[in-house]
Amino acid sequence: MTTSSPVVIIIEDEAKLRRFVKLALEAEVCEVFEADSVKRGLIEAGTRQPDLVLLDLGLPDGDGIDFIRDLRAWSEIPIIVLSARSAEADKVAALDAGADDYLTKPFGAAELLARVRAHLRRRFRAGATGSALFEFGRIKVDLGKRLVERDGQPIHLTPIEFRLLAYLIANPDSVLTHRQLLKAVWGPSHTEDSHYVRVYMGHLRRKIEDDPTRPEHILTESGVGYRFLS
Amino acid sequence: MSNLPDSDRPDPDQLLARIQEEESRALRGKLKIFFGASAGVGKTYAMLGAARQQVLQDVDVVIGIVETHGRMETEVMADGIERLPMKEIPYRDRILEEFDLDGALARKPALILVDELAHSNVPGSRHAKRWQDVEELLAAGIDVYSTVNVQHLESLNDVVSGITGIRVWETVPDKAFDAADEVVLVDLPPDELLQRLKDGKVYLPNQAERAIRNFFRKGNLIALRELALRRTADRVDDQMLQYRREQFVAPVWQTRDSLLACVGPGEGSERIVRTAARIAGRLEVPWHAIYVETPELQRLPDAKRHGILRNLKLAQELGAQTASLSGADAIETAVKYARTHNLGKIIVGRDHLRPWRPWYRSFADRVGHAAPDLDVIQVARTEGETGPQLHAEDVVESVARDWQAYVWTAGVCGLAGAIAAPLYQVFDLANIVMLFLLAVLLVAVRFGRGPAVLASFLSVLIFDLFYVQPRFSFAVSDVQYLMTFAVMLAVGLITGQLMAGFKYQAQVATRREERVRALYEMSRSLSAALMPEQIAEIGEHFLEAELGGKAAFLLAGEDDDKLAPPLASTKGLAAVDMGIAQWAFDHGEAAGLGTDTLAGSPVLYLPLKAPMRLRGVLALEPSNADRLMAPEQRRLLDTFASLIAIALERVHYVDVAQSTTVQMESERLRNSLLAALSHDLRTPISVVVGLADSMFLTQPPPTDAQADIACSLREEALRISSQVDNLLDMARLQAGRVELNRQWQPLDEVVGSALKTMDRALADHRVKVSLDDDLPLVEIDSVLMERVFCNLLENAAKYTPGGSQVEIMASATDKTVQVRVEDNGPGLPSGKEEIIFKKFERGQTESATPGVGLGLAICRAIVEAHGGEIRAENRSQGGARFVFSLPKGVPPEIGKEELLEAGEQQP
Repeated sequence: MTTSSPVVIIIEDEAKLRRFVKLALEAEVCEVFEADSVKRGLIEAGTRQPDLVLLDLGLPDGDGIDFIRDLRAWSEIPIIVLSARSAEADKVAALDAGADDYLTKPFGAAELLARVRAHLRRRFRAGATGSALFEFGRIKVDLGKRLVERDGQPIHLTPIEFRLLAYLIANPDSVLTHRQLLKAVWGPSHTEDSHYVRVYMGHLRRKIEDDPTRPEHILTESGVGYRFLS
Repeated sequence: MSNLPDSDRPDPDQLLARIQEEESRALRGKLKIFFGASAGVGKTYAMLGAARQQVLQDVDVVIGIVETHGRMETEVMADGIERLPMKEIPYRDRILEEFDLDGALARKPALILVDELAHSNVPGSRHAKRWQDVEELLAAGIDVYSTVNVQHLESLNDVVSGITGIRVWETVPDKAFDAADEVVLVDLPPDELLQRLKDGKVYLPNQAERAIRNFFRKGNLIALRELALRRTADRVDDQMLQYRREQFVAPVWQTRDSLLACVGPGEGSERIVRTAARIAGRLEVPWHAIYVETPELQRLPDAKRHGILRNLKLAQELGAQTASLSGADAIETAVKYARTHNLGKIIVGRDHLRPWRPWYRSFADRVGHAAPDLDVIQVARTEGETGPQLHAEDVVESVARDWQAYVWTAGVCGLAGAIAAPLYQVFDLANIVMLFLLAVLLVAVRFGRGPAVLASFLSVLIFDLFYVQPRFSFAVSDVQYLMTFAVMLAVGLITGQLMAGFKYQAQVATRREERVRALYEMSRSLSAALMPEQIAEIGEHFLEAELGGKAAFLLAGEDDDKLAPPLASTKGLAAVDMGIAQWAFDHGEAAGLGTDTLAGSPVLYLPLKAPMRLRGVLALEPSNADRLMAPEQRRLLDTFASLIAIALERVHYVDVAQSTTVQMESERLRNSLLAALSHDLRTPISVVVGLADSMFLTQPPPTDAQADIACSLREEALRISSQVDNLLDMARLQAGRVELNRQWQPLDEVVGSALKTMDRALADHRVKVSLDDDLPLVEIDSVLMERVFCNLLENAAKYTPGGSQVEIMASATDKTVQVRVEDNGPGLPSGKEEIIFKKFERGQTESATPGVGLGLAICRAIVEAHGGEIRAENRSQGGARFVFSLPKGVPPEIGKEELLEAGEQQP
């Protein structure tokens, strides 16, 4: 981490919720700026040089997704979307537009902080890792040599499974939609065949997870996609 | 040689055609024909013998109809095979027996015997011919054995009648014969047949005995036998070719050299058609037959036009594609047709040369001139005389019709004579003649050809009688007056002829304009119609005005193919035969009056074909049936029918669009309402949860008591949140159609994410998951299905004591995937297994356990929206079991993949 504290912008029209988020993040030694509209948010994002944005999708003066597109045009900083349950389509649209993660309301301080920490860590680590070696749980992956081992025993993956795993490893903690995975692994012509992802993800889980019905690394985000935890 | 040369490669179109043919053949029944040279060779006997073989092999054989003619040996063969009762049809105060087609279809045996394929059915049967009955049996997947004599084959009909001198009227179209899967030739040498005849073993109807004796001459029999053998050999040859084609022995295909037969008004057209059919058969090429109706030909008497249409129909039965075209020039139209349909040979009848018209060029010559690149084949006609002729009876008829015109003619001529009288003294005779010429011209203009002829003669007579020397005598003193007479006659005849032509053209043009106007007006009225009833009324009105008949409309139901009774209307047709109408609809063909099917009905049933599907049937009872058969009338009717069909379809889609708009609008309203509600309820809950959490972050940290309060606050807020979720879900599921976001996916993923969501609730329980390894993908909405699992797991957690076991199992059955969620808790209160799925129902009435009883109702709504079922029961070993099933469907294929070798470097 750098010496200065990370900067977070919260864009949310409900003042009390902003207050809670600000309280929670300041306890985590973050500098928090508030915005209550898309317009205000864009100004804040342009002037504060934030390290992370928390964005409510239902804002009074516009669609949060437009904000994401705007921001992604010039910045790669992590965006976490705040949204309600049963709005999966909105979440998918936000993630496909470039958001990294989402939090379902109502959320607690613990959940919020865990996500924020993960994405800040990722942001400050980005570019630092040149290594092709990864380790999570009992699994070791050598991307260069295309080797996967569990407790030192080699695991045999198919080319697609390997590409899938490599893409997951490259994007830890973020939620990846089916469309993003299809595009990255199968190519742009397969973006509607989401059953491919589901089936191969199942295969991968069986080879990597200790208990595939209760996965610890490859988590399902119902109706949205997957999240890889190392 | 790995590469086939192009010529050896099977043509994909040909392959496809073969596959389609095989597919349609597989569904159809098989037709086996026992084919013989004449009566008495033992076809029926052979057929029964073959049927007995089938009976021995336990095939379900039924005799539909077999005519044994009382022959003992044949009767014996038929013994022991089930006979279908005959249908009794009343016909002119007699009861006639006929093969019972409906009975056979209802009985649906594997194989049915139907003797005499060429038989004509008793009037009042569904089809005119027995071979049409057999077609329907085959289409229903029933195998048929039948018999045919060579003289009954349509294309050989004239040949046989040429040999034997007896014309046979019962015929089978060649296409019905050629479509048979097998043909068995039953052969008997002529001498043995004659011997059998002598012994009285051949059945002969009494009334025509002499003619038939004539028929059974040895020479005839040899010729017939040769014909039968040849025809069979041709067929075997075809099969050989077919076989070669299938085995790709000779895949080289020549460009098809198709034929075009021109049917005209001449006498010999029937012969042209038959010859064309034979040539096409030999060459194995498709052929077309056309009739070009020029304005001249439209003037033909009705009987003659029907003759032409009959010949076209014959051509159709002989396997031709037929068309009746209209054009000003027959040759130009025919050549254009030949070019657009890629037909290289044109068959025309040979014209007789007329010595008095040496400049006349035959039809064939003119066709040759118009299309030098096409072959023209001339066919001899049976009898001479071509072209339209004026028959004596026609003239008498037209005189009788127009007698007033003739009276007027006489009057005009008389008047001319009277006016000439005073002028006689003043003017030269040559000028008097002009007066008469004027009279002839006026008559020709006003009354046409016939009266003009009369006027010419009358004028000549009056002129001669009154004004030419010697007066008051028909004698002519000066020969030069003969010239005057000749010119007067010629002028009268020529102007009369011209005028008649013009008038007729004008009439045709007017009629055509009327038709076009009627079509235009109808389509304009139809475009304003909003209800099927309005369309029916408009249709009835125009059909009555233009075709002079009563009409009714029967519309098909939205989902099924049943016709509804006719739309109620005041002027329409009262009595409609629903059976025929349904037949016409099911087969997509016209039925009833003037068609092949149930021609005895006075009503014509036309299916209403619209672009998307058949919309119903138009029933029309014309006041003049013959008029309706004329091609231009029929075309008009067909155009009316398709306009009406399209209007019906339009109205249907207007309805669909309207209800969709309403549905979309209400959906949108509901969604925005729910979204607003959801936002307004959730935001304060989120704030409460957040603020409760913030308590822990305050400095100094809260005391234990405070932390406890904050914790409870948070828990309760979360509980309210989940109740709100349930209520909103229920509202969404209850309000109309549930929009599912169905995707094919493995079930274990949904189970996994449900278990993760319910992690905390199930913390005190042991959870076991046993999903079968070979579970197929299921097409589900993962978010909603996760709700089902969550609710069932939550239920299990709520109603069983800590430490209980909860098990999730899934297995595939034939058509469904079955999922069970079981626990070993106290089980369900008995008798309440069904009621717990109701809204706001709870297993236990006391309120120690939180919840309002929506969970299971939501489960049921979601599972049913997926097309599945859910139920609850108590396990025999104690505990509750919830079972739900999901339809399996057809999961998409996922290809297998090779494993990646460890350390393999991919480029």
